[in-house]
Amino acid sequence: MDVGINREKEKMVKRAVEELTDHMIVNLGIGIPSLVVDYVAEGKNIWFHAENGIIGMGKSPKKGEEEPHLCNAGGFPVTLKTGGVYVDSATAFALIRGGRLDVTMLGALQVSEQGDVANWIVPGRKVPGIGGAMELAVKANKVIILMNHVNRQGEPKIVKSCSYPLTAKKCVDMIITDMAVLQRKGERFQLTEVFAPYTIEDVLTYTEAELEVNRQSVRIREV
Amino acid sequence: MSKQMSKHDVLERFKDGMSIMYGGFGGIGTPPTLVKWLKESKTKNLTLIGNDAGFPTIGIGPVVCSQQAERLITSHIGSNPIAGELMQAGKLEVEFSPQGTLMERIRAGGVGLGGILIDVGMDTIVAEGKESVVVDGTSYLLEKPVRADLSLIYAKKADPFGNLVYDQSARNTNPLMAMAGRYTIAEVEELVPLGQLDPEEVVTAGAFVDGLVESEGVDWKWMWE
Repeated sequence: MDVGINREKEKMVKRAVEELTDHMIVNLGIGIPSLVVDYVAEGKNIWFHAENGIIGMGKSPKKGEEEPHLCNAGGFPVTLKTGGVYVDSATAFALIRGGRLDVTMLGALQVSEQGDVANWIVPGRKVPGIGGAMELAVKANKVIILMNHVNRQGEPKIVKSCSYPLTAKKCVDMIITDMAVLQRKGERFQLTEVFAPYTIEDVLTYTEAELEVNRQSVRIREV
Repeated sequence: MSKQMSKHDVLERFKDGMSIMYGGFGGIGTPPTLVKWLKESKTKNLTLIGNDAGFPTIGIGPVVCSQQAERLITSHIGSNPIAGELMQAGKLEVEFSPQGTLMERIRAGGVGLGGILIDVGMDTIVAEGKESVVVDGTSYLLEKPVRADLSLIYAKKADPFGNLVYDQSARNTNPLMAMAGRYTIAEVEELVPLGQLDPEEVVTAGAFVDGLVESEGVDWKWMWE
């Protein structure tokens, strides 16, 4: 794998970890979000939840120590932290719909200016399926999107309105990309952080949605 | 009295055109021996109901790939590209349900409810053609229950009555599907004598289980191996 890509991902994951505080119950989507579990500092008490029925998921196991029956929702081996439990999948979703999930971190194809998210299908192309994304997007107390700022064609993924079928409307609270951090503020997203060497202008160039930008308060983060 | 079944007994249960629920999540907790026999049976025109389409060689994947199913009710097929190809080619009808909705539809089927009201999937493709019900000012989608002619599930241990104990995250959809099958067969790693399971640790009561099969173990390589 390309080391540059790894560093980009790591930057986003490390920023995402800053959003987590002790005792939170957190769900991580497939892809970049699933890496978050391995970046949480020792001693930080986060309860990672998985749709297949784990509450209290631990870090990835060492090679050779994988348990075939202990995997996350993406099918990859994980561990159970002390105090972690297993439930059936309906109970895993009871926790989400019941309002007990503090944070969900999801990947996305597009996020709109209004906070709509599309992340389950590119019509006519691949067919990933909905999975648990709709429940997570609608019901988690905080929805954080981790995604690249532009798609493979270099087009903005933060758009005026989503062209792909929606996962859920007006649900995204925060977006962390390889270029910037955006937080929901009323009707729009506010640009709060930019990852150097990118600049505020770079972010605006590669964002189609209208953003709120208070230049004095944007934090430029050295990586 | 034991509910243990032979391979012959199980094969007799497989019929063309029937609906079959299969436990598991990405293949984990899918009964490998029952799936192998289902593939061997060459039954056709099945309606399969499960969380996902597995991987091509893992979980329900081989049965999807062998085109024994004409219909699949699921939340996700992304891990099995052949399922996607069959869908695009019009050879497999796929009904997508959001994962948690699917779980509750199966649960509703199993516990004898006429449907569920849920506010997930509103304003999306999922809502198309579905009735909307307003309760105390909030709109919900009416999602219908799901049952199956046969449920194929997986557990760690069973006693002769079919009381089940699961293993770690291989529990997943299995307890729900145990209830929703008109006939439920549990494949288990270990059959233990009656009285050996702690009543407090039994997750699925044997009353929901009709048949038991001892597992021959997985004949696939996990994708992380």
